[in-house]
Amino acid sequence: MHPIAEKYLRKRALPSIFCSGCGHGTVLNAFLRVVDKLGIIDELSLVGGIGCSSWAPVFIKADVLHMLHGRAIAAATGLKLANPKRKVVVFTGDGDCTGIGGNHFLHGARRNIDLTVIMLNNGIYGMTGGQMAPTTPTDAKTQTSPYGNMEPNLDACAVAISAGATYVSRWTSAHPSGLARSIEQALGHKGFSFIDAVSQCPTQAGRYMHGTADPATLLNMIKESSVTKAKAEKMSADALKDKIVVGKLHEDKERPELSDRLYSIMHDA
Amino acid sequence: MKTITIDENFCKGCHLCIDQCPKETLEVSSKRNAKGYLVPKAEKTDECIGCRLCEMICPDMAITVEIPEDEK
Repeated sequence: MHPIAEKYLRKRALPSIFCSGCGHGTVLNAFLRVVDKLGIIDELSLVGGIGCSSWAPVFIKADVLHMLHGRAIAAATGLKLANPKRKVVVFTGDGDCTGIGGNHFLHGARRNIDLTVIMLNNGIYGMTGGQMAPTTPTDAKTQTSPYGNMEPNLDACAVAISAGATYVSRWTSAHPSGLARSIEQALGHKGFSFIDAVSQCPTQAGRYMHGTADPATLLNMIKESSVTKAKAEKMSADALKDKIVVGKLHEDKERPELSDRLYSIMHDA
Repeated sequence: MKTITIDENFCKGCHLCIDQCPKETLEVSSKRNAKGYLVPKAEKTDECIGCRLCEMICPDMAITVEIPEDEK
């Protein structure tokens, strides 16, 4: 096993529940490499919701809170306010975060609470067999959209930015280096950091939406659809239609952070 | 020479490492691990450029690349 996996993974919980070729494993890989580089394992408080994404923290030898569906950010807010010295990291999925968890996502960003939220985004509810999620592309066929998704899909990064998140980026499992760099920035950022980590789901999204269960094909589809923020700025809306814009999308170092505000009020009282 | 180790106990035979390798260092072997997955093997390790893409992409952290000091 890789020395970093040896050091940080909970052997009892392995093999991971991730399917063969699941992008979530690659994101977990990137996260652990960053944690090792920064040496912060003992400061971490990890929270997961429900879904394949939310199992990522369970495999890590750290303090983990496995919450109800959609409630990871709510619990994480409590953790952070109770003990602001901890580095609170949320692993959530696109369904968990933008579906049932949408409200907590909105308010976490609005409050600019110092959390690092990594949303593992495969555009589907994978764990339950492949139902459409708020992020499922329009026209995509899933278990609950057999004639094609009739809804427009949500851009979670746009929602995060507009609600007040102060570090927003998007990367994919096909960009392990970019992802790692962004995770490092997000962990160092004081405020609500949101990373939309696009990830391949060979078993559900792959088979139903993309026509293949082959992990390498799906990974390369993600890679080919990705365009950097710099390049995207010069492209028309039409050209950007099915593209994944990657990179740091927003950063604000000025906006006040919630736990700072609370503790300064408590000290002044 | 660089060493590439594949942990058969954790490999889920997704072959992302083989696909991502920019050289042609890795290939599918005909060996199945205990779970029934066809594991990759590092045949042409002399071609390895130490990019570590295989290490970084592996969803199960089952592959490790060791680069000797004099090659770093």
